Amino acid sequence: MLAHLPVLQVIVPLIAAPCCLMIRSPAVVGRFVQLATLATLIISLGLVREVLEQGVLSYALGGWQAPWGIEYRIDPLNVYLLVLVSLLGTIVIFAAPTSIKSEIAEDKQTYFYVAYLLCFAGLLGILATGDAFNVFVFLEISSLSSYTLIALGQDRRALWASYQYLIMGTIGATFILIGIGLMYMMTGTLNMHDLATRLDNVSETNTIFTAFAFLFIGVCLKLALFPLHLWLPNAYTYAPSLVTAFLAATATKVAIYILLRFVFSVFGAEFSLTYLPVREILLVLGLMGVVFASTVAIYQTNVKKLFAYSSVAQIGYMILGLSIGSAAGLMATLLHMFNHALMKGALFLALTSVAFRLKQTNLTNMAGIGRQMPLTMAAVVVGGLSLIGTPLTVGFISKWYLVLAAIEQGWWPLAFVVLFGSLLALIYVWRIVETAYFQPISAELSGVREAPVGILVPMWVLVLLNIYFGIDSQFTVSLSELAAHSLYLEGR
Amino acid sequence: MILSLAVLLQLTMIVPLLAAVGLLVFRRQPNIREAVTLIAGVVLFVLVLQLYANYQRNLIANVHWLEILPGLVLSFRVEALSLMFALIASLLWPVTTLYAIGYMRAHEEENQTRFYLCFALAIAATMAICFSANLFTLFIFYELLTLSTYPLVTHAGTEEAKRGGRTYLGILLSTSIVFFLLAIIVTWVYAGTLDFLPGGLFTDATPQWVLSVLLVLFFFGVGKAALMPFHRWLPAAMVAPTPVSALLHAVAVVKAGVFTLLKISVFVFGLDLLAEIQATQWMLYLAGASVLLASLVALRQDNLKKRLAYSTIGQLGYISVGALLATELGIIGGSMHIVAHAFGKITLFFCAGAILVAAHKTKVSELRGIGAQMPITMAAFFIASLSIIGVPPGGGTWSKWYLMLGSLESGQWFIVITLALSTLLNIAYLLPIPILAFFPGGGGRVVISSEQIKEAPLPALLALCLTATLSILLFLYPQPFYGLSQAILADTGAPYAIAGN
Amino acid sequence: MSWLAQYNYWVVIVLMMTGFYIVIASGNLVKKLMGLTIFQTSVFILYISMGKVRGGTAPILEPDIDLYSNPLPHVLILTAIVVGIATTALGLALVVRIKESYGTVEEAEIQQKDNDQC
Repeated sequence: MLAHLPVLQVIVPLIAAPCCLMIRSPAVVGRFVQLATLATLIISLGLVREVLEQGVLSYALGGWQAPWGIEYRIDPLNVYLLVLVSLLGTIVIFAAPTSIKSEIAEDKQTYFYVAYLLCFAGLLGILATGDAFNVFVFLEISSLSSYTLIALGQDRRALWASYQYLIMGTIGATFILIGIGLMYMMTGTLNMHDLATRLDNVSETNTIFTAFAFLFIGVCLKLALFPLHLWLPNAYTYAPSLVTAFLAATATKVAIYILLRFVFSVFGAEFSLTYLPVREILLVLGLMGVVFASTVAIYQTNVKKLFAYSSVAQIGYMILGLSIGSAAGLMATLLHMFNHALMKGALFLALTSVAFRLKQTNLTNMAGIGRQMPLTMAAVVVGGLSLIGTPLTVGFISKWYLVLAAIEQGWWPLAFVVLFGSLLALIYVWRIVETAYFQPISAELSGVREAPVGILVPMWVLVLLNIYFGIDSQFTVSLSELAAHSLYLEGR
Repeated sequence: MILSLAVLLQLTMIVPLLAAVGLLVFRRQPNIREAVTLIAGVVLFVLVLQLYANYQRNLIANVHWLEILPGLVLSFRVEALSLMFALIASLLWPVTTLYAIGYMRAHEEENQTRFYLCFALAIAATMAICFSANLFTLFIFYELLTLSTYPLVTHAGTEEAKRGGRTYLGILLSTSIVFFLLAIIVTWVYAGTLDFLPGGLFTDATPQWVLSVLLVLFFFGVGKAALMPFHRWLPAAMVAPTPVSALLHAVAVVKAGVFTLLKISVFVFGLDLLAEIQATQWMLYLAGASVLLASLVALRQDNLKKRLAYSTIGQLGYISVGALLATELGIIGGSMHIVAHAFGKITLFFCAGAILVAAHKTKVSELRGIGAQMPITMAAFFIASLSIIGVPPGGGTWSKWYLMLGSLESGQWFIVITLALSTLLNIAYLLPIPILAFFPGGGGRVVISSEQIKEAPLPALLALCLTATLSILLFLYPQPFYGLSQAILADTGAPYAIAGN
Repeated sequence: MSWLAQYNYWVVIVLMMTGFYIVIASGNLVKKLMGLTIFQTSVFILYISMGKVRGGTAPILEPDIDLYSNPLPHVLILTAIVVGIATTALGLALVVRIKESYGTVEEAEIQQKDNDQC
């Protein structure tokens, strides 16, 4: 049983998805999906233990040995992200039975759960697999289901956002496919571990440079790196709030994982960061993302859109960590991936509860809401403080390591920009706080009550995790450090 | 009751938190609620006195909580400077509570539970800052202090309060995130530790330019010290109810700032190194300029609380100067001034609040002849003014004396002249207020008839008399605090973890 | 080797650019999807053509044949085709829904309506 954990991680949600269609009744499906996600969470925690005890786990799918068969390869990096995705996916789905009542029509709720599980399975699949083509397949599984999830939004703009995301996402995925094809052409293998060893011999050919370029741009599209982020704000804004919470917390992180995996494991840090000007490109784009997206976020009137732009900015931070080009910088990126998932999960769940009561999330309509929905707004405040990087929240931990990595490298200006970005976050978070607490309650808000327990509990679990991992960072720090170092060693 | 030292130390932070819980429990019964804060305040002071008594016997408490990041532990340790700050903060908390009870009721403020709650949280954070054993712990509670005082500044909930709160939070968080945090991380990178160690953390390997940059980052980053040009938050915070201005913006918050600067000067840089850094001299000029400019601005303020706020900025400059002189006398003067200014300025704010409650006046120009109506308040105002100016029988005499000696000793003529000029300015902006209150002049024209003696509510009056008395007592018996300020540099850091039982 | 010798790549590039151009330049949502399909198809051809071994035949075991084309790219592309069909189907479904709620499938008009709504 333990030996099969790597594949169970992906299979459980994948099998559970069609089962939902057989159960049909949304109420039962809801419980069933919660059980399934909980199972994946337990599996991922089991995998952490296995990896810490035994090192890298290799699982040959169907008994076909790598490099011929498909290999699932679990190392510190992907086990770290498996925990992240399954944790967030589980907590968010616990809010679903209550929240989708107001956002998704009764007859579509079962399909929502199916799409959710498929997306979840796709993301876990990308993380678990050791096969390059498999990455593409799982990427498309998760993408196609996320287009569906976004299109479930009530506003008709959700359809348009989903369509735009579909076009951009497909172009991105096709670019990745081209990259994988070119690599296969030169090496004759699709196993990423095998690719890494074989690429050395051919690494100075134009084909490999081209392959790298296609992959790089394709992945950057998926991870919404500035200026390829255009699909993200609308998709996050008009999707059902719960979907936004899930996607914001997990999807972009998995895309960053793909980037890390190819840049460091497959091509190797030396090739990617030394031969090619990848560091410089990432540095410039990351900086522009942080400054530009944070500034745009300040001017948003829809809180969901505000936090969507904030996500683009936070992705910028993760990319900056990469661009520093040291194990410390990589570790900062990994930490921020985890921590940002916790923050945005909590914030978007809080917005879910706002949307549940108000039917929308415009800042102007949220005047004085702090008195009507104290617990929800308290969650926004804590999540916001975490975003700013106040001590005792997870945001501080990631900021600390990012600045530390920059200073160690002697990049003082970068450290300044990172900290300056926190000030921009302070401005946009405080706009919400001031509206929620200082403005007189608007007439339509007078009858509004606190959100139901079904949403409050998962939301506060995430808020408390924000604080817990901000105080006791041992789990995240040690695991990300392990992952960063193994990735760096592998890349040499 | 005998408590182990470690428990004692932790209780100083836990008691205010417990008080906060008690406040929530009794939020519907104002009398019990206020009794809770008052009792917590007295208990806290007794606890700090216990720590002080143990310190005198060389029993030094220290506590480690948890390791937030590898090598960065939340830990606390008693030390002379922290005792000084903790003593005044814990002594003035119950006094201010007493005052607040009179003030808040007379003023019929809303959300009083939230007020007392945030107050207790701010005190807990202040205690944690006092006893922080490393820069990391200090930074965490420094930020928490900012956040817990934000609801107090914006207590009124008006547009003006919102604007004030924005400036308050904006400046304090910006400086601490961009400069202070950066400085801490740089220190960590170069020194490899953030513990406060006697003699400083840096080795000779640290380049001179890094040290200069660090010094500037620290002095600007600790925005709570209100060194110009990052002083604007303090006048902005004056929209808060007067008890807040009194305890937090004359004692806890601003003193946390200068306390941090003194700590950094002595235990991060070390005085020997500090004296060698080039930037020290520039920052000294800046602090001197800050003293003079703030006093000049204070002269022009008609709003009494604003005038006091600018006066505070100037007085904080004195303490920064004391730290930057990098001599023993400077540190003694600076740390003594923390105490002296606390007693003096809190009295002045109490008086300002009493005038507001009893006579509904906020402007200096309206106070002519008010001595007839509020003789006790204005007498206290007079005594406190003397302390701020630094003439007997005010407690400020001693600290200014040592600061003057320190700057003479190190040949800082600019500072000597600054201190002298500033004293004159202090006289010019403070003394006319009580003098005109009692002797309105203008042919004996009395604005308010003497029959209506109408002082502030009794608890408030009691509190301001108490602090005025403290100010005089400090002049008569400076020994305990002088002893502590001398001990700051004598601290060897060695007697870690001697558990008392 | 002249530049025409690897004409299969030229086909791929021409198809890819055609598809890409349609996606970017066309304002009609259905046409955009068609462009996207052409774009994807070019990649299928890239894969399939790389599996060809000169002189090789279909990979079916026959005693007198010992040179086969590489079957793996074909298998991969079967999967990719399925993915492509799913994408197109989903995209068209979205277009139907967009047509229902916006009453148009022209990008410019949709943008216009969204801007009016704000």
